[in-house]
Amino acid sequence: MIRFESVSKVYPTSPRPALSGVTVTIDDGEFVFLVGPSGSGKSTFLRLVLREERPTSGSVIVMDTDLAQLKSRRVPAMRREMGVVFQDFRLLPDRTVAANIAFALEVIGRSRSVVQTLVPETLELVGLEGKAGRMPDELSGGEQQRVAIARAYVNRPRLLLADEPTGNLDPTTSVGIMKLLDRINRAGTTVVMASHDSQIVDSMRRRVIELDAGHVVRDQARGVYGYAP
Amino acid sequence: MRMRLVLKETAVGLRRNVSLTVAVVITVAISLALVGAGVLIRYQVNEMKDFWYGKINVSVYLCGPTSAEPTCANHTVTQAERDAIRAKLEALPVVKQIYYESSAAAYQNAKKLFRNSPDLIKNIDPAALPESFRVKLTDPKRFDMVESSFAKQPGVQQVQSQSDVLKKLFKLLNGFQLGAFFFAVALVVAAALLIFNAIRIAAFSRRRETGIMRLVGASRLYVQLPFLLEGAIVGLIGALGGAAILVGIKWLFVDKALRPNISSINFIGWDWVPTMLPVLVGSAVLFSVVASFVTVQRYLRI
Repeated sequence: MIRFESVSKVYPTSPRPALSGVTVTIDDGEFVFLVGPSGSGKSTFLRLVLREERPTSGSVIVMDTDLAQLKSRRVPAMRREMGVVFQDFRLLPDRTVAANIAFALEVIGRSRSVVQTLVPETLELVGLEGKAGRMPDELSGGEQQRVAIARAYVNRPRLLLADEPTGNLDPTTSVGIMKLLDRINRAGTTVVMASHDSQIVDSMRRRVIELDAGHVVRDQARGVYGYAP
Repeated sequence: MRMRLVLKETAVGLRRNVSLTVAVVITVAISLALVGAGVLIRYQVNEMKDFWYGKINVSVYLCGPTSAEPTCANHTVTQAERDAIRAKLEALPVVKQIYYESSAAAYQNAKKLFRNSPDLIKNIDPAALPESFRVKLTDPKRFDMVESSFAKQPGVQQVQSQSDVLKKLFKLLNGFQLGAFFFAVALVVAAALLIFNAIRIAAFSRRRETGIMRLVGASRLYVQLPFLLEGAIVGLIGALGGAAILVGIKWLFVDKALRPNISSINFIGWDWVPTMLPVLVGSAVLFSVVASFVTVQRYLRI
């Protein structure tokens, strides 16, 4: 699904590389945590997968495509195979829950009948049936993140990227979000989640890739947040 | 592509920025009206040139009872002087035709010319209007040949060419035209900058939407189209407004104010409406779209 081959990324504004010589492979259907302190390169990793950034050296291969070879006009098609969730939800405040989810389908030209089938289906999947007509600011943080996940998942992507999805949520709500991501993963979608929430990482017992100052310092199949060899 | 949704996005964008949208519309309208006015002045000059150069006359005014010029020697032109002048005119190679206009005929013509102002006619002394030879030239621009030949001719009060008056008028109109184009260029620049800013602000105020579009894989065209349409619509409204202003100006100034009072000038009609206006409106729309496109390329990351 994702292959990094000695990937380095240097931002022009910073002398220290954000990623340096990273080589990892993430297979189809995996659930992977990216852990590490702030500035360790987790977000850069995700942005490289999204092709929001290009590596300074090395190659990023996503879904069998070397992103360096991917033409700009092919990028949208690739992103339709991915979903993204952020810490700050990024919902459109002037649209209802259903409209927020429908937006993701409409802007890629899906027909109205597809929208009318997939939106309620996805709302039910994330546990928000009955809230379709609410505005985002009428929902709790956990519910808003569920809407964001629904929007990322509504097109049934093969890969879901989540950047600190529980960063703004209390522990109980976070558990609910993790259960949802787990369910999505079990349905066949590869999930890559950046997090520094140790409780969550420990409870899931999934593969953990730890980054520190741009280097992979640990890659453990059923890992925990803290270092435990 | 779901066109209805694109149009909805466009409408939202236009409403979100009403004040700036209005500013762009007004600027586009006025620039188009000025460009159009410049073109119309050009048409008018050409119209008058064709009209006047066709019937241009040089008038050789003969001495009357009140003439004070030295060539008149304080007496009305004599028959001998008159014959000499006619003979000399006929000998000039640039002269095509000669009409003699007596003092009485001049009065009749004046009465016809000022038929709308009876007070003015009342004050004209028929004897004060000089008799003249009206001379048609093979080449109206060579009027100076006539003037120099008759400057010291006894019995000639004055040689006057209508081309003198016309030259002054054309110069004035050319000045107006230049002025109109100058302001038009300044306004076109202002319009471009306004469109640039309007689209930039629109892109900024919709950055949340476009950010999500980008992430879920909306095509470049889909993300950009609402902005380009916004530019096109604003340009079209502005252009139609400008066309309306232009038609209004032409109707008010030429048809209502000038034409009824000046019968000696052939004014432009409406034949430019189906030819020039569509070109102007089309150019304005194209211009707005290009300005929007350039801005979108710069300020909208895909």
